[in-house]
Amino acid sequence: MTTLSDAGIEIQVFKPMPDLPAPLESVGIIGWLKGNLFSSKINSLLTFAALFFLWKTLPPLLSWTIIDATWSFSSHPCPTEKTGACWTFIFVKFRVLMVGLYPQELLWRPILTFVIFGGVCVLTALRVLQTKLLITLWFFLPLPLFFLINGGMGIETVEQSLWGGLMLSTGLAAIGIIMSIPLGILLALGRRSSMVVVKSLCIGIIESIRGVPLITILFMASVMLPIFLPQGMSINNLLRVQIGIILFSSAYIAEVVRGGLQAISQGQIEAASSLGLKNWTITCFIVLPQALRHVIPSLIGRCVALFKDTSLVIIVGLLDFLGMIKASAQDPDWLGYDAEAYVFCALIYWIICFSMSQYGKSIEHHNQW
Amino acid sequence: MNQLNNPIIEITNLNKWFGNFHVLKNINMTIHKGEIIVICGPSGSGKSTLIRCINRIEEHQKGKIIVAGTELTGKMKNIADVRREVGMVFQTFDLFPHLTVLENLTLAPAWILKMPQKKAEELAMTLLKRVQITDQAFKMPGQLSGGQQQRVAIARALCMNPKIMLFDEPTSALDPEMVKEVLDVIKQLAHDGMTMCVVTHEMGFAKQVANRILFMDQGEIVEENHPDKFFISPKYDRTQQFLSQII
Repeated sequence: MTTLSDAGIEIQVFKPMPDLPAPLESVGIIGWLKGNLFSSKINSLLTFAALFFLWKTLPPLLSWTIIDATWSFSSHPCPTEKTGACWTFIFVKFRVLMVGLYPQELLWRPILTFVIFGGVCVLTALRVLQTKLLITLWFFLPLPLFFLINGGMGIETVEQSLWGGLMLSTGLAAIGIIMSIPLGILLALGRRSSMVVVKSLCIGIIESIRGVPLITILFMASVMLPIFLPQGMSINNLLRVQIGIILFSSAYIAEVVRGGLQAISQGQIEAASSLGLKNWTITCFIVLPQALRHVIPSLIGRCVALFKDTSLVIIVGLLDFLGMIKASAQDPDWLGYDAEAYVFCALIYWIICFSMSQYGKSIEHHNQW
Repeated sequence: MNQLNNPIIEITNLNKWFGNFHVLKNINMTIHKGEIIVICGPSGSGKSTLIRCINRIEEHQKGKIIVAGTELTGKMKNIADVRREVGMVFQTFDLFPHLTVLENLTLAPAWILKMPQKKAEELAMTLLKRVQITDQAFKMPGQLSGGQQQRVAIARALCMNPKIMLFDEPTSALDPEMVKEVLDVIKQLAHDGMTMCVVTHEMGFAKQVANRILFMDQGEIVEENHPDKFFISPKYDRTQQFLSQII
């Protein structure tokens, strides 16, 4: 269609073309398959190789763990004609695996502790609390929970040699994380201090701890330390091990945090001091919040590593989760169930560690705690 | 008002070294209340270092700096007193990226003046209105344009109600079309009677608002002149050479 303009020149009218549907093979399931699994010859080959691998491994795995497995709650060993896993073993040992030799009649205490601890974890993951409140809550959480497990002040005391299992592992890890993050931050700040004495002291602590394996530190804590302590003074074994873990972890966290501190430009500090803010205010409200945000991925990585490292306490005689798994597998009444024990152990460790790293990911995503 | 009787910054025989490098050589200058001083000069001439000495972001080794009656020495109290009277705006804005615009402004009044949160926020909103940016109060600095960020930085510096404002190349990091909005805010401040010391290459701005222009080269103040004379008949050949290069 054409019209005549004032000047007598023909002006063409632009008519947009209607949208056509995309070709079938580029959208939907077929499109996805084509784009992601069969985009090239090598990709197709890898897809088939992976399918073959799954076909070979998945069915036997499923039949062992689920289909042919024994799921009954009985106190007798599983019938030998069943080829699958004997989960009865885990059911029977469940209490020991979770809380160690903690007295049966006082079991409500670890259960209540677990409910409170789990509740705080859920609150944290759902981000319903303000950052400030959340940090305070976590910082003070160990005290009442420790009191609940340990007893005292009118409540029956449970000896620490009876503690064990997953309760001990998570306890050591949680207190380790809660204490070593502030300590690590202090060490990192100290390492960047302009005061030579503070700086050298912090470098000395960090480097000497990082230069030693955790096992050595645990041995030192449980065997060497009592020798150095004055006669008559004693700190119990669990506390010594906990201190060892905190020191070890804080040295690593200090280095992680230092990396974050280095990413903060001098301009931020200058801008803050030109406003007249004092040094500690600048550190707490300008430098640290930004620095910690930079290092969330590696900080979460350290926490996951610390949780797994707690399994080393077995060498100084504490029966944590892994220790209990090992002890249960060696029970003369239940011999031959090592596979069940270690698969269960790996699953529990994986669930906890994976949750931690997912939480870390969500912090990065939301850019808040 | 006789400005000459009212010195608010007095610098005498100021010398500063970075390691062995002599950055500021025997600087003498006086700024009076309500005056607007523009400092210009080639890069590396020490102009930024000079104004950074005025609120002791840089430490000087020799000489005397008196700001609003307080001498800058190593004493923490003196430094705090001076910083309370002096606001500063930087080339790279340096807003706190993890805080909202409003929180950037309320931080100092809340922590130093112990102002209640609500009052601090009212003050912040008044200042944001002054730099015409109230609608951005709840955004993060990263969501703002360069010009807007610099205006927020000016508002942040004004939050402590300073007697003197220092500007360290406030428009050098901005896109050309944003320079004007920032300069307009600074001009408005000048109009309101704020004492200011501005390091800048914006010669048009200098011509319009400065009471005096200082030209620095190699750590020295080469020429100090009234803007009318500075551009038309500078006293020194070095000034002339500099001006011919930038205009």
